[in-house]
Amino acid sequence: MTTSSPKLFSETIQPHSLLDVKNLNKNFAGFQAIDGVNFHLFPRERHAIIGPNGAGKTTFFNLLTGHLQPTSGQVLYKGHSLRQLAPHNIVRLGLARSFQLINIYPRMTVFQNIQVAVIARNKKHFSFFKSANSLFQRESEELLELVTLVEEREVIAGELAYGKQKQLELAISLASNPEVLLLDEPTAGMSTSETNEAISLIKEISSARSLTLLFTEHDMGVVFGIADQISVLHHGKIVATGSPEEVRNNTTVKNIYLGDGATDGQS
Amino acid sequence: MTDPIDRAGIILCLISLATLILIPAVGSNYLVDVTTEILIYSLFALSLNVIIGYSGNVSFGHAAYFAIGGYTNAILLTTYAWPLVASLLASITVTMFITGIVAYFCTRLTDIYFAMLTLAFSMLVWAIAFKWRSVTGGDDGFVGITIPEILDQRINFYYFTVLVVVFSTWILWLICHSAFARSLLAVRENPTRAGFVGINTRLMRWWAFVVAGTFAGLAGALFAMLHRGMYVESAFWTQSATVLIMTLLGGMFSFFGPAIGAATLFLLERITNEYTEYWPTVLGLILIVILLFLPDGLVGLVTKIRNYWTREH
Repeated sequence: MTTSSPKLFSETIQPHSLLDVKNLNKNFAGFQAIDGVNFHLFPRERHAIIGPNGAGKTTFFNLLTGHLQPTSGQVLYKGHSLRQLAPHNIVRLGLARSFQLINIYPRMTVFQNIQVAVIARNKKHFSFFKSANSLFQRESEELLELVTLVEEREVIAGELAYGKQKQLELAISLASNPEVLLLDEPTAGMSTSETNEAISLIKEISSARSLTLLFTEHDMGVVFGIADQISVLHHGKIVATGSPEEVRNNTTVKNIYLGDGATDGQS
Repeated sequence: MTDPIDRAGIILCLISLATLILIPAVGSNYLVDVTTEILIYSLFALSLNVIIGYSGNVSFGHAAYFAIGGYTNAILLTTYAWPLVASLLASITVTMFITGIVAYFCTRLTDIYFAMLTLAFSMLVWAIAFKWRSVTGGDDGFVGITIPEILDQRINFYYFTVLVVVFSTWILWLICHSAFARSLLAVRENPTRAGFVGINTRLMRWWAFVVAGTFAGLAGALFAMLHRGMYVESAFWTQSATVLIMTLLGGMFSFFGPAIGAATLFLLERITNEYTEYWPTVLGLILIVILLFLPDGLVGLVTKIRNYWTREH
């Protein structure tokens, strides 16, 4: 009888985590890319995964969204295992993602890029006789406005500038109306001004839509500009988790980034 | 690809429709026969484009579904003396069902593997039609199909074909401009991204395949009635190649492109055969020209000329 009380107690002080990673391993032909990672993502967090190149950030990300299958371990979203789930089922649970390399529909217009995601969320993609052109116009346009692409509405997506394509991808992810948004290097390849715009855009949207955000990033300016939680990945292991201040002052982290006399060229 | 029907489009459609209605009044029997056959091939090519243009997979075995529809209609009409409407509906249903099974396997694959598997299944259908002599007539073909007396008249059959093909084209047009088609284009453009917005990409491709196969079956059923016979050549892979070339020639990025390609190729073959027996050579040249200079087919060429024209004036 008494054993249940500590559990109750812990539940009352700690919010339920949305995403739980338990003892996750990924081995690529002998190379241990992810090595026994435990990780929790709580609601409304803006959580960054950082680490030097080759630390396993993208692999970790792809394991979370089922793009890769883990060698062992579990990924639980609200207690459900994501193992063996197809991407479209993962999205339905409320988990959306963007990609490090641009991932849009290059030969469709900006509007259509977003509209398809809205169609899919409303489960109208098997509507054989519902004319597409005027479908979910307002909702798609609201998303265009959100990422400031209203003027580019009819532009073929593949012809957009790089930074705008990233914005478009963000809008596509948002169109799924996710609870958790995973962004893989949201500012990779952007110019400084584009990066600054992207930071304020992401912050604005995530608070306006009360999103839980998990992102990888190598640009420290972006990380400290957005994140309220940071986990540091090194050689496939999470070596530190905490607030930006805590991570900044963590000696292990300092050694990883500044150790061996190397300088952190990206901050 | 998303050609929204503008005023010019509507006018063009009405003109085509009026021409189709007037042909028997002004044209010869020969013209009526040719137009009937062109209409059937147009439907066949339009159906194939649902797979090629919209889902982005190349099928090398589309003749199989044409043949299944044709043989089913032939057998039901003649061997079992079914009434026409029942036989046509059954032909469509049978083709749809078989396409569904084939598509289940084919959509597991993409690219060249998908194409090869469609080819393999079509060879299987050909082999069955070839060997199952008691039912299909084997390599003698299924000859002497009985069709309702009223359709024995050339002109009546012509109008019947116009009716069926125009109605089917309208249904295909709706499907190709629906929420389904737009999502299908997204799958073609970027399957990974489409999956991550919540689209079951394989199921989408399955449906595209089934829609394509079903309408090919209907085209085949009409073909069998027109020729009062069904022959194994219709299931052979060269027939799949012909309809593929029709689609490419017209332009796979436009809805009506394949129909234009079907008419053009059919007429070219007829005309060429009047002068020389080297149609395959001509066909080869046509294919080379499409692949090298007309990647978007005749429709793409017209668009290019129109853009050039509007810029000049």
